[in-house]
Amino acid sequence: MPANDLTASLQQQVQAAYAGKTPLKIVGGNSKAFYGRQTTGAELTVLDVSGHSGINSYEPTELVLTARAGTPLAEIEAALAEKGQLLPFEPPHWGPNATLGGTIACNLSGPRRPYAGSARDFVLGCHVINGKGELLHFGGEVMKNVAGYDAARLMAGALGTLGVLLDVSLKVLPVPQDKLTLVQPATLPAALEQMNKLAGQPVPLSASAWVDGYLYLRFAGAKSAVAAVKQRVAGDVLVDAATFWRSLRELQLPFFAEAASLWRIALPQTADQPKLPGDWLLEWGGAQRWLKTAASIEQVRAAVAALGGHATLLHGGSGSDAFQPLPAGLWQAHQRLKQAFDPAGILNPGRMYEGL
Amino acid sequence: MSQHGCEHDHVPVIGKAELVAQLLQLLPADCVLFEEEDLRPYECDGLSAYRQLPWVTVLPQSVGQVQAVMRLCHQHRLPVVARGAGTGLSGGALPHPNGVLLSLAKLKSILAIDTLARTARVQPGVRNLAISQAASQYGLYYAPDPSSQIACTIGGNVAENSGGVHCLKYGLTVHNILQIKLVTIEGDLLVVGSEALDSAGYDLLALMTGSEGMLGVIVEVTVRLLPVPEKAKVMLAAFDDVEKAGAAVGAIIAAGVIPGGLEMMDKLSIGAAEDFAHAGYPRDAEAILLCELDGTCEEVAEQVEQVQAILKDIGATEVRLARDEQERALLWKGRKSAFPAVGRLSPDYYCMDGTIPRRHLPFVLRRIGELSQQYGLAVANVFHAGDGNLHPLILYDANKPGELANAEEFGSKILELCVEVGGSITGEHGVGMEKINQMCVQYDSAELTQFHAIKHAFDPQGLLNPGKAVPTLHRCAEFGAMHVHDGKLPFPELERF
Repeated sequence: MPANDLTASLQQQVQAAYAGKTPLKIVGGNSKAFYGRQTTGAELTVLDVSGHSGINSYEPTELVLTARAGTPLAEIEAALAEKGQLLPFEPPHWGPNATLGGTIACNLSGPRRPYAGSARDFVLGCHVINGKGELLHFGGEVMKNVAGYDAARLMAGALGTLGVLLDVSLKVLPVPQDKLTLVQPATLPAALEQMNKLAGQPVPLSASAWVDGYLYLRFAGAKSAVAAVKQRVAGDVLVDAATFWRSLRELQLPFFAEAASLWRIALPQTADQPKLPGDWLLEWGGAQRWLKTAASIEQVRAAVAALGGHATLLHGGSGSDAFQPLPAGLWQAHQRLKQAFDPAGILNPGRMYEGL
Repeated sequence: MSQHGCEHDHVPVIGKAELVAQLLQLLPADCVLFEEEDLRPYECDGLSAYRQLPWVTVLPQSVGQVQAVMRLCHQHRLPVVARGAGTGLSGGALPHPNGVLLSLAKLKSILAIDTLARTARVQPGVRNLAISQAASQYGLYYAPDPSSQIACTIGGNVAENSGGVHCLKYGLTVHNILQIKLVTIEGDLLVVGSEALDSAGYDLLALMTGSEGMLGVIVEVTVRLLPVPEKAKVMLAAFDDVEKAGAAVGAIIAAGVIPGGLEMMDKLSIGAAEDFAHAGYPRDAEAILLCELDGTCEEVAEQVEQVQAILKDIGATEVRLARDEQERALLWKGRKSAFPAVGRLSPDYYCMDGTIPRRHLPFVLRRIGELSQQYGLAVANVFHAGDGNLHPLILYDANKPGELANAEEFGSKILELCVEVGGSITGEHGVGMEKINQMCVQYDSAELTQFHAIKHAFDPQGLLNPGKAVPTLHRCAEFGAMHVHDGKLPFPELERF
């Protein structure tokens, strides 16, 4: 077994934790430790997945890459770039040590998400260790697989509470030949409308944002298709566009600098602005909105829920109320699913919700 | 009629007459069917080799009525099998002899289309194609297009995670829906997903999509709509060697082009389709590729040139670009009628649905050829080449004693071959009743136990579509014992390939 394949050791640790009913805190590159709640429990043992690393297989002509969970995202992106391909969901790193496992466990996606799909959308399969220490394989390395429940995509966004991700197979795509970002001044309602109108037209839209009174639109595709956009869409060409979109993705634009309390608000793309005080930044055609506000947690949650969305508190608050509470029926389904995968409750307890 | 049925461990605790009387309290008289002649149309789905009359069929007209029926079934511990249009090809809607067949056919309204947000909210009985037709006036469409799209309904599409010929570029059902409303076995209404792009908590939308009616009954779906591409061009390439056709697919993708559709047919399929559709397919070719490029006018023009050059480089004996919309439709007609066309070659055919990593195509086709010799049954191959989904069509005659069983055994060998090379026993048709034994080959006992635990989380009494999709370990043990006979290892120590 290669030195960077820690399957056996990780499985033994989970089995021991299951036998002793001692909770595990799963850690990869630790770049997303601030996201969500803190794992809770007495005598927490750290399960370090970062050493379980390396690209298992990469077949550019099949558009499929499989890598171990501890593989740095940067290493994967470099291997793909060498073959002219990329991770289509443009994942945020939120730190130099970001790993594939953490990215999938948090289901984090970047600016291209509304037009290409989310991290979850590109998951084809994975190996996991469940809470009983069993090694399981769901999905596979093929685009289509409807045998059995889709437990692989269920792992995306589960924050390690249903299983320890060992490796993930992803669908990848070619790097677009060309890109272009256009900027124009716009009010928030006008920007929201234009982002959504354009998304309904056959143009190669690949990112959209409204920042500080300006609408940013990125187009990506064949050279000729991108060139044609200039004739159809108004706006000035943004010169250092790559830096802008990367800074947005990494929450490094000035907007994010002095955030006492930063909210990620997910809403139906065309939803009206929630009536909340504070500063806003919009992206994803309006489906992801960032808010800096002095409003109370209850106020934010109520306003967002009324519009059919949910709110995640990234900074500020006590850390105990990161995610929108679930309605009773869904909460019961969550508890039963947790029981199904992790009957002893040892995998990242409390990381997502208290009691999960 | 074959021996396959559900595992009948549900002994009804209520008489049929009493059940009908109670259902008639909940539904109008014409929505409760219980006479044999009325039940006959529901005895099978698209996999007609498997037949079973349901005890009772109900056709609720509202979500409230679905909830009421579910509460009643839950109270009496009666199995419930949900059914859409009944076009499924894996026996997923095969009725239970002591259960209620729940047809969603009367819930067929398009509730709302939001053109700016590009979404449609529809009831489960709305036909797949009807969504695109309703959206077309706004320049929008619903991307997944299973070949049964004229008849199949969106509720069934979600339950099966249906695909189609455009999956490589536009994804499966799971990638194209935002929210579902689901009635649990207890009769509660759950909203899963949202009209935003994500929701708090676990991704139950992914879990429910493709769950084959085992976890709940879908009563509403919100789908994403996409702008209709400005331009679509299709070209046909002929090859004197299947291996070259496979290499051409890899070369197109490696060049950075993602075609909207990329289909391959082998010689037997080409001949059958040509006899049927007169699409001008070259009969002497060993394989043809149909490659559709879509996008903006500029992009399509650029990619057409690029792909033509690649095809010629690989050694295509002919590359033909459809000159107009009429020729494009004709080239597709040949492919889309491949199943009925092959059907004319033989009294019956059995359609398989395995997926494989595409690089193994030449090996898999060679093995299928050998198996075809061994079983004495011809096979025609149609292949969603872009996404590795192979549909071998096994030709047989059900009137010849033993030939169906022979075809089924041949089919199961093909599926096991797909698993052996790292693929799956089903790409888009689902497991249902048909591939329940092959699940024992693709998954080991720990994985199957995990699936049962998921099922138990939503349906602890096992009332929803019992006996389908996930085999019991007992069944696998029996199936494994059968394999010992062939010199293979028994379950659960069955080796994973």
